[in-house]
Amino acid sequence: MSRTFTILAIVAAGLLSWGLYGALVGAPTEQTMGDVQRIFYYHVPSAWTAFTLFAVNLVASVVYLIKRNPKADALALASAEVGVVFCTVVLVTGPIWARPVWGIWWTWDLRLTLTLVLWLIYVSYLVLRRFSSGSQTPVMAAVLAILGALDVPLVYFSIWFFRTQHPQPVVGGGGSIDPRMLHVLLLNWAAFSCFGALVCWSRYRVEVVQREVEEMLALESLLEPRGAR
Amino acid sequence: MTYLHAAYIATWVIHITYLSFLVRRYSQVRKEAEELRRKQQ
Repeated sequence: MSRTFTILAIVAAGLLSWGLYGALVGAPTEQTMGDVQRIFYYHVPSAWTAFTLFAVNLVASVVYLIKRNPKADALALASAEVGVVFCTVVLVTGPIWARPVWGIWWTWDLRLTLTLVLWLIYVSYLVLRRFSSGSQTPVMAAVLAILGALDVPLVYFSIWFFRTQHPQPVVGGGGSIDPRMLHVLLLNWAAFSCFGALVCWSRYRVEVVQREVEEMLALESLLEPRGAR
Repeated sequence: MTYLHAAYIATWVIHITYLSFLVRRYSQVRKEAEELRRKQQ
């Protein structure tokens, strides 16, 4: 394990603990929704982290298509998988917040529907990677990743340009937020970004070792005499 | 259990489940790699 990884792990653990304390204790209680609003401190940073990981997937996919670099392909796969995990958190925590606030678990609102579509696109990407073994699979996956990434700005800007049931942006969208709430939100964003980077790095390492194993197995089968197979 | 606790628990259940899957997979591929290296030497 590299020193950078250990430092990042310590920083992530510290930020996550501090962020959890801030979200449950430090941030003031919102007047209308009460404590259930605190879900926002996990829901929003998880969404931002998922978007960042999908952006990494897009860049890695483009690099792979241009240079055919296997490391870029491994990074694309790792970032998509971890991005799906964070997007799952978004799709689970959102309805848990919506039930007491809206009175329903789910509605086919533009933001919610596009987020579900985004999740389905990247799940399809992972299914393609898992079950297709042809040599063109990384190329097809990279193309799918580029098309899938088009949904990210649609998800993000859907609440800016359309009237949706989803709350309007409170950061950078003309909305206002208590500075103590903003502090906790940014703290959790830093914590989840650090944690996401760490998990993505670990998944990338697994992928690299997995590919080494596959190469060694291929080499072994080539070196074995025909009769021995 | 409040909705707040449910959301926080769900978040960590998802992350811990994924991390345990990742750790198991890593130890499995590392073991495979070591065995293959030993065989090739």
